[in-house]
Amino acid sequence: MLEKALRGSKKYWTWLLALAVLIAIGFFFYLRQLYFGLGITGMSRDVTWGFYIAQFTFLVGVAASAVMLVLPYYLHDYKTFGKITVIGEFLAVSSVLMCMLFIIVDLGQPMRLLNVIFYPTPNSMLFWDMIVLNGYLFLNILIGWNVLDAERNGVAPEKWIKPLIYISIPWAISIHTVTAFLYCGLPGRGFWLTAILAPRFLASAFAAGPAFLILLAFIIRKFTNFDAGTKAIQTLAKIVAYATLANLFFFLCEVFVAAYSQIPEHTAHLEYLFFGLHGHGALVPWMWTSIALVVAAIILLIIPQARQNETTLGFACVFVFVGIWIDKGLGMISGGFIPNPLHEITEYVPTVPEVLITIGVYAVGFLVLTVLYKVVTGVKEELAG
Amino acid sequence: MENSRRRFLKNAGFSILGVGAGSMLIGLSAHTSKAVSPDAGQRPQFSMGDKAMEAERWGMVVDTRKLNDSICRKMQEACHSIHNVPEPVGESAQRDQIIKWIWPTEFQHAFPSQEVEFLAEDAAHRPVVVLCNHCDNPPCVRACPTRATFKRERDGIVMMDFHRCIGCRFCMAACPFGARSFNFRDPRPDIEDENPDFPTRMRGVVEKCNFCAERLAVGKKPACVEASDGALTFGDLNDPDSDVRKLLAEKYAIRRKPNLGTFPSVFYIV
Ligand code: SF4
Ligand code: SF4
Ligand code: SF4
Repeated sequence: MLEKALRGSKKYWTWLLALAVLIAIGFFFYLRQLYFGLGITGMSRDVTWGFYIAQFTFLVGVAASAVMLVLPYYLHDYKTFGKITVIGEFLAVSSVLMCMLFIIVDLGQPMRLLNVIFYPTPNSMLFWDMIVLNGYLFLNILIGWNVLDAERNGVAPEKWIKPLIYISIPWAISIHTVTAFLYCGLPGRGFWLTAILAPRFLASAFAAGPAFLILLAFIIRKFTNFDAGTKAIQTLAKIVAYATLANLFFFLCEVFVAAYSQIPEHTAHLEYLFFGLHGHGALVPWMWTSIALVVAAIILLIIPQARQNETTLGFACVFVFVGIWIDKGLGMISGGFIPNPLHEITEYVPTVPEVLITIGVYAVGFLVLTVLYKVVTGVKEELAG
Repeated sequence: MENSRRRFLKNAGFSILGVGAGSMLIGLSAHTSKAVSPDAGQRPQFSMGDKAMEAERWGMVVDTRKLNDSICRKMQEACHSIHNVPEPVGESAQRDQIIKWIWPTEFQHAFPSQEVEFLAEDAAHRPVVVLCNHCDNPPCVRACPTRATFKRERDGIVMMDFHRCIGCRFCMAACPFGARSFNFRDPRPDIEDENPDFPTRMRGVVEKCNFCAERLAVGKKPACVEASDGALTFGDLNDPDSDVRKLLAEKYAIRRKPNLGTFPSVFYIV
């Protein structure tokens, strides 16, 4: 099937070339980081995880959100999603790939990565994260590819695929749960030390992921003959609406606990993010933008006319995606480190090389996504034709 | 009682997970001199001379009443110079990418949740020296995915294996005391007088105070204790006749963030 990716329009090749250029730039700066050390990033002794780990966290959510297509289709036999389930699975593949790359670019000694396998340490959450991420990648490649191949040949997918599909459903939940456990089990980091972190991660994932899928469906429809279908898109829109509301609700629960208990370890981080602390407030405008975007999106999503109109729906999806990206990709990680355990403030701003490396990793993800989607749309067009 | 109950819980937790972590740590008996690549199956060890000081659980008592700026500077200099801690100037120092094993801070920063509102002026601004607490229940060890950070069962010291560390900095997020530093760049050019008896580090690994394990192995007390003019006392917390236990029996001492259950082995008389 891969040959479908080798034939394409001029636009297709220009897009791939543009991504390749971004990858090359990112790779060049990664080599510099490798040579010099993580000193070229904005991270510090106090803020030891920054942009890379934040993108990782956000993308684990995007990857997990494939389950929002898989579950209705395979468990509830919701046929409308039949056409686009593979779109979700391949989005998961490229997202997990980016997650892994973000972990690798964040390591101080990437050459020793295999030490995690040589000295397996089950009491470290990072060990489990490695297992669930690799497993999820493997499951989605296998399932997506086989189901698509069967569809192309007009036969039912192989029997052994079914149990794997069922396994992939709780597995999707597990990747984001374990990712939340990386943070929420650490003593002395009041911002993350909350049992609701994993549910909140999942809610924001099931909002941002399907929102992105809707946007992808619009883009695919524009450039190919493959249409996901209005009904599928509208169902996804409802999922986005519920998940965005759940995410906001969980967030407000957090705010209540911190604000009413007034325990400094819990209030300090929120205060820093939303109002600034002791004169430091680099993230304040970002966080309020995030809130404004999410609230605006909710309004658009719960008014039926606005949700059914594809223009306003498109805006709502962009708002959800960007709003949650700010929350998880900017605030969630550095916010947990500011103030530090000694209640001192060191702010964090990513540097230019750090941002270019990040863009490079995203470009790798989009390249893989484009190639996989080219195959999918190629097969679907062939079947339709 | 409390201790054994906790140990039981910990062991139970570990066996449920099927972790042989304890046995792995106990099995570190290879006698080698200085740090050898652990990939060869060995851990950093310092050869135990005849004069080696031994204890069941090393601990420290800091008498903050005896501290002042110049003593703190002396202690930090003593520690950093023998352990090849770089002293960079310029950009990396500004951006707080520095390395420190022991440093003075104020009471409100050393004990952020144990604030004393109307502390006497001199007590509020008197320096309090902080370092790794060598916690009896260390969260940094729990978090490390490679066991590059490990607790030496023999004497409770929380140690680092610079050759195994992958630089993920999970331990830094897990430590609630900010005791750890990361080598954001090659530290070697910033070491003024290299001590050939202690390994230098490479970029991309984490480091911290090691309770002077290499000095204990040859019967010497930690460098900061020697430089402290009597402000720091070092000894075996499990020996009722040790200097530290005698001090603790006499004076009221506190620990940093006791509510987090890490059981620090560094105590403070205030
Ligand atoms: S003070 Fe921090 S680094 Fe030292 S043992 Fe305790 S948790 Fe680990
Ligand atoms: S940075 Fe090194 S010591 Fe710290 S958790 Fe990672 S591997 Fe372990
Ligand atoms: S005990 Fe040794 S390593 Fe730790 S701070 Fe003191 S001198 Fe430094």
